[in-house]
Amino acid sequence: MKTLKIEELSKNFGSTEVLRKINLEIDEGNFLVLLGPSGCGKSTLLNIIAGLETINQGNVHIDDYNVSKVEPKDRNIAMVFQSYALYPSMNVRENMIFGLKQAKVSKEKIEEQLEKVSKFLQVDALLERKPSQLSGGQRQRVAIGRALVREPRIFLFDEPLSNLDAKLRVEMRREIKKLHQQLKTTVVYVTHDQTEAMSLGTNIAIMNHGVIQQNDTPENIYNKPSNTFVADFIGSPSMNLIKGNLKESSNKVSFVTHGSNIEIPINGYDFKEKSNLDNKEVFFGIRPEHIFFKKSNEEDFEINLRADLSEYIGHEQIMTFNFENQEVLAKFPSTVKIDLSKNTKLFFDLTQISLFDAKTEERI
Amino acid sequence: MQDKTHSSYKQLEQKSKYTNMFLRWFLYFVLVIFALYFIFPLYVMVVTSLKTMEEIRQGTLLTWPSGLNFDSWLVAWGGRGYGAGDTFLKPYFWNSIKMVVPAVFFSTFIGAMAGYVLTKWRFKGDKWVFLFLLFGCFIPYQAILLPMARTLGVLGISNSVIGLVLVHTVYGIPFTTLFFRNFYVSIPSELVKAARIDGAGFFKIFFKILLPVSTPIIVVTIIWQFTQIWNDFLFGSTFSFGEAAPIQVALNNMVLSSTSVKEYNVDMASAIIAGIPTLIVYVLAGKYFIRGLTSGAVKG
Repeated sequence: MKTLKIEELSKNFGSTEVLRKINLEIDEGNFLVLLGPSGCGKSTLLNIIAGLETINQGNVHIDDYNVSKVEPKDRNIAMVFQSYALYPSMNVRENMIFGLKQAKVSKEKIEEQLEKVSKFLQVDALLERKPSQLSGGQRQRVAIGRALVREPRIFLFDEPLSNLDAKLRVEMRREIKKLHQQLKTTVVYVTHDQTEAMSLGTNIAIMNHGVIQQNDTPENIYNKPSNTFVADFIGSPSMNLIKGNLKESSNKVSFVTHGSNIEIPINGYDFKEKSNLDNKEVFFGIRPEHIFFKKSNEEDFEINLRADLSEYIGHEQIMTFNFENQEVLAKFPSTVKIDLSKNTKLFFDLTQISLFDAKTEERI
Repeated sequence: MQDKTHSSYKQLEQKSKYTNMFLRWFLYFVLVIFALYFIFPLYVMVVTSLKTMEEIRQGTLLTWPSGLNFDSWLVAWGGRGYGAGDTFLKPYFWNSIKMVVPAVFFSTFIGAMAGYVLTKWRFKGDKWVFLFLLFGCFIPYQAILLPMARTLGVLGISNSVIGLVLVHTVYGIPFTTLFFRNFYVSIPSELVKAARIDGAGFFKIFFKILLPVSTPIIVVTIIWQFTQIWNDFLFGSTFSFGEAAPIQVALNNMVLSSTSVKEYNVDMASAIIAGIPTLIVYVLAGKYFIRGLTSGAVKG
């Protein structure tokens, strides 16, 4: 049984297509992050799961029930919003029990739930305060509390940390992670922050233009991006994509760029389909953190590149090199001294590369 | 450029100090002039209302009255006590109250509801509905007199306080809707979403969540509507006469229909009485008025 199942879901606003044939499944207790740039449809998808938006095509199932036409309050979900959306005229207690009161839960049960949740989230001392008297972190905690008291099957989070300052954001991120570990409730979490997505999700669905680009574990998203969009979106700075061709001779595959004599051997790469590789136009993808200034293992490919630019950011520096007139970025510890405008010896870790078809932009 | 010595900076500092002082005093001077200019008519009205006719004839406009003589106020409010032809304000004052209270209440309430729907429950064509409502703000009073008279006739409520309540409610809705719409636009729609998930319906969300935070805009709307309706003369004089007339119409009749001598003291007292309720509303709710008008610019 899947806690949440979305089938062939499409959504338009007028003539604009916001979501296109979305298919998505979540197992009980998983933490799914919907990640993507703004305008990719991730919030719309979350609103559809909540029942706040209508569907043009397809279905949403919660616990195997088709809830596509069920009211939000009857879907057994709870939602936490970016602006917290605490009711301004009610105090914390009233905010938290508003939903239970609407559902006509008995007074004893409401008190019991309230006590349990407010102790758990450490807001029991704030119950009589108005939202305007709370700090950002406290408001967020109350908003989560309001969702918790309903004991929903699925938690929906809509960019809940975006309104907090950087330090508080990291703290609250850890708290949400802990919360999920303790409660083991299924979560769908929308964000545009890749660090948040990586650290929280058991699964990440990366979206762009209303289509899910890749739905996988954080490790696979990072190591084996399924297309150039994912490769480019995840990681900071993003993956270097060097344009060139594959060359196959006597069962050995290598990568060459146009009009150069640099030839990078491709050994042990896990091709999806190992045919018609010769002369294929591809992007050679390597992350800045997989380029080293000294040899890290035997397979490393040694290359001399000219350093053009250095960006110092404290604990590390980002160097830009010239690879046959294409920019290649590398990340080094800031203690390493590299001269600009001179050739530097670099090592590419070839166990960590990705290859993409230049035409379809899909991983090969 | 030449170097400025320490002393030349001192001189410049002195100079700018004097310039600032002069400008400040000039500002106060202008403000005082304007204050006097605006208070002058009120002064004349109050002073004249406290004089006897004898004093008015002998003194000038600005002469101080010989004593606190409220006779003309009593006459303006309660009349002289003889039968026909004696017009006084008391019954019409209550007419106006009976007209203004329900009209303000209904127009404010309907405007709040409409603003809520237009911002939080968007529907197809809602922009057009709002546009037409806005259009209602620009229709001149005179243009709706005839159709409105016909409507009141058909409904059988012409020349009645209820009729005036209807006229003022309908005419006020475009303005009140505009006020509330602009206020609710600044309130995050996520509140409504959260309440929907919590199981609150259309009316519950309005009454429990939006209305409790609407105090500033409610006050603005009440002041606006109260002033408009209380001070209205055209609708009052067109759709009512005789005993059903509101106070502004009665005031007009009183001042114009005096057959014998013009009693300036009674006229002035009447005019002040007719203006007092709006003054009270402004004094009580004035600070909310400013706050409400600027709210939304800075979220509190």
